[in-house]
Amino acid sequence: MGKPEAGDGQAGLWRLVPAVLAAAAFLWFAGFVGPVSRGATPEAVLPWAPSLGVEFSLRLDGLSLAFALLIAGIGAICLLYAAAYFRSDPRLTKLLVTLSLFAVSMLGLVLADDVVTLFLFWEGTTITSWILVGFDHERASARAAALQALLVTGLGGLALLAGLLLVGGEVGSLRLSGMNAAGDLLRAAPIYPWVLALVAVAAFTKSAQFPFQFWLPNAMAAPTPVSAYLHSATMVKAGVYLLARLSPAMGGTEAWFWTLAPVGGLTMALSAVWALRQPDLKMMLAFTTVTALGMMTMLIGVGTPEAVLAAMCFLIVHALYKAGLFLGVGMIEKGAGTRDYMALGGLRGALPLSFAAIALAALAMAGAPPFLGFVAKEAGYAAAGDLAVAVAALVLANALMVACGGLVAIRPFFGPVRSPKARPADPDWALWLGPCALAMLGLAFGLAPGATERALVGPMAAAVTGGPIHAHLALWHGFGAPLVLTLVTYALGVGLYLAADRLRGGLAAAEPRLPRTEGWYDAGLAGLTAFARAVTRRVQDGAMTSYLRRTFTAFALLVWGALLLGQAFRWPSLAAPPDLIDWTIVILIVLSAGLVLRTTSRLTAIAALGGIGAGIAIVFVLYGAIDVAMTQLFVEILVVIFIAIAMVRLPATGPMPFRPRDAAVAAALGIGIAAGTLAMLGTDLDRFMTTFFETASYPQAKGRNVVNVILVDFRGLDTMGEIAVIVIAGVAAVAALRAGRGALR
Amino acid sequence: MKSVILSAATRMLVPAILALSVFVFWRGHNEPGGGFVGGLLAAAAIALLEKAEGRARAARALRFDPQSIAAVGLGCAVTAGLWGGLARGTFLKGMWPFYDIGLPFGSIFLFDLGVYLVVLGTIAAILFALEDAVSTDADPGSGGD
Repeated sequence: MGKPEAGDGQAGLWRLVPAVLAAAAFLWFAGFVGPVSRGATPEAVLPWAPSLGVEFSLRLDGLSLAFALLIAGIGAICLLYAAAYFRSDPRLTKLLVTLSLFAVSMLGLVLADDVVTLFLFWEGTTITSWILVGFDHERASARAAALQALLVTGLGGLALLAGLLLVGGEVGSLRLSGMNAAGDLLRAAPIYPWVLALVAVAAFTKSAQFPFQFWLPNAMAAPTPVSAYLHSATMVKAGVYLLARLSPAMGGTEAWFWTLAPVGGLTMALSAVWALRQPDLKMMLAFTTVTALGMMTMLIGVGTPEAVLAAMCFLIVHALYKAGLFLGVGMIEKGAGTRDYMALGGLRGALPLSFAAIALAALAMAGAPPFLGFVAKEAGYAAAGDLAVAVAALVLANALMVACGGLVAIRPFFGPVRSPKARPADPDWALWLGPCALAMLGLAFGLAPGATERALVGPMAAAVTGGPIHAHLALWHGFGAPLVLTLVTYALGVGLYLAADRLRGGLAAAEPRLPRTEGWYDAGLAGLTAFARAVTRRVQDGAMTSYLRRTFTAFALLVWGALLLGQAFRWPSLAAPPDLIDWTIVILIVLSAGLVLRTTSRLTAIAALGGIGAGIAIVFVLYGAIDVAMTQLFVEILVVIFIAIAMVRLPATGPMPFRPRDAAVAAALGIGIAAGTLAMLGTDLDRFMTTFFETASYPQAKGRNVVNVILVDFRGLDTMGEIAVIVIAGVAAVAALRAGRGALR
Repeated sequence: MKSVILSAATRMLVPAILALSVFVFWRGHNEPGGGFVGGLLAAAAIALLEKAEGRARAARALRFDPQSIAAVGLGCAVTAGLWGGLARGTFLKGMWPFYDIGLPFGSIFLFDLGVYLVVLGTIAAILFALEDAVSTDADPGSGGD
């Protein structure tokens, strides 16, 4: 609010409200740090669907709390940043609302203890991410990226639901804490491999692990604050969170290791190499995010207390520095006009704050002492221990991160001044505040590794391993293998940085010749659309008569199936023989039906149809169903009006041809319905419900019209579904009629 | 094809049908009637007006966009459900805050009103769209959608 933003139409305190709320949530969660680090696990449970064992339950342990702090804290920063970044954009409201919805979903995801609650929020993040990636929905590439993110992560969501419900069935609890307590039972169960595969698919899609990794760089179509929040700090870590959360229930087996560690390692190494290929700083950061996620997946797969501690420490580090770097790159873009580091240089004087924030974050990314990144890297090397492949992959990935850190922190800021904007300058306070705060935090955590471990990382790791851990974080581990590896990493990283331009050229030249990992997605999507098109062409031929024929055929099959497979048919016993008025109605209906069949005039046919409806309405009146009769009559009236309007434009026909096939379908359905109705009357009617409604209607629902009371009170949920269908059908009908307007003229 | 007889009859019939529709809706809780039938009756009145005086006149009589009416109706029903849900912990639980002082207003009434509006709005929307689709003499000034 420092500067009054007169005249841009978006100024006002309201746009800071989401950021303030997120900051308040951060402070509230921060209050739990003490109790949770001492082992408390506060819970909140609301009954939801008790008959299914489903609860809306939240539980706060070390892992959840650390995530909640990241989500709320980085959320506050990104919401503030977004409010400034899109200050003069009319879409700001939409952005802030969607981001806030995302933040709530993400908080719910990490706090959920019930499987269905978890799934609900998991899908919430998927859908809000879809909206946010496709924020520039007028660009086809943004739409395609959004759809890709939705489909890939949506696939994972389904796998998650299936996997967790299977676990629930096996261990007899839909609580994650219950599953974690029953880990031995689950690991010995025959369904364990299936469950592991499903959970792995869920985690790999969400956290962009090979072969699903491609959606994350594509998701950079989203605006910068969105990328910083969703696609680096929070949402993409949901998969890692899931693996960490289920570690006590599913981890520690050979299968667990061989599923997670190779995939994580491969993803880490591959994406680290491709990060160098990107001249766009934001894309480069996206690839290093995939690298980091791969590293966490691999370490969780290794699963030793040291590895888990390293993974959790790195998770915190990465969230801090990566969000800071994304936001910093956004500052460069705002301040200098591009994110392409080839077009930038010498800006440290013009953008001092951007430089400071990015330099500190890049040092954390490179793992330089005394940043927490250094601590995490050392811990990672110590954890990989004697797994030579893992160590090699870690060194390669870390060296490439050093190189990328150099590219983002040195290239735009040193050398001769280059900038698309004539007068590059640091942007507004709301933009630099967050990145600077994140950079300082990264440094502060590194300077006090003991406190960081006690307050955050230790409780996290304890929640993941399921017990207290004895490994420790420290800045100085003494001389040993990790230190040697760190020095190798720095040397390799500097070498890669110096060779970056040549490597980028080489990778760019090699790219077209390499198989695209996205290939299976494109092929799958193309195959699916081709299949859908073929089915649609076959089924939707555009002729009303064939739709009706198919619908009625299917309906007739159902009715006859029920008649032939159900109870033996019994004629209903007639209470009294039909008298004159009954016969009159029967004759009226039969004559009307005959007229419909015989006439060549549409108007006559419609009027005759109305006659049938009126006859049935009279039957209802005679037997006391006044409500049904009224409804029947008014529906008949409206149908006649509608058909009359439509008829005006229908071409005149001569005598209608007799179509034996259609006649057979009509006869089968008509006779089937009649026989079904008679069969129903022939069964012994259980009057339990009738009696209940008759006696309970007035005392319980304060209404004497039982029909209405059933509709709006006893079975209100059904009615709500029905009126929702009415509205949807109305929207569809109106849309179809509008679409057909051109064709009719 | 304006018919004087239809116009004259409409002028008397439409208010009568609308009044009947409200009456049927109102008595629905204790005697035959209710939101669905009431909505159908109101829609019939709108249809009659539309046939006699044209689509623009009918849209004006309805005042609001028919699909918005339907949406508001659905909103009423959901609100009625949430009312009981929030107050008693059971979605759609019947709430009768004024029953003790003799007024049968509450969540059930709101729900039934929602049904009424959904039926009226949806039928009117389809009716207008159908009329637009078939009208040969397109008059863009009639507005309403």
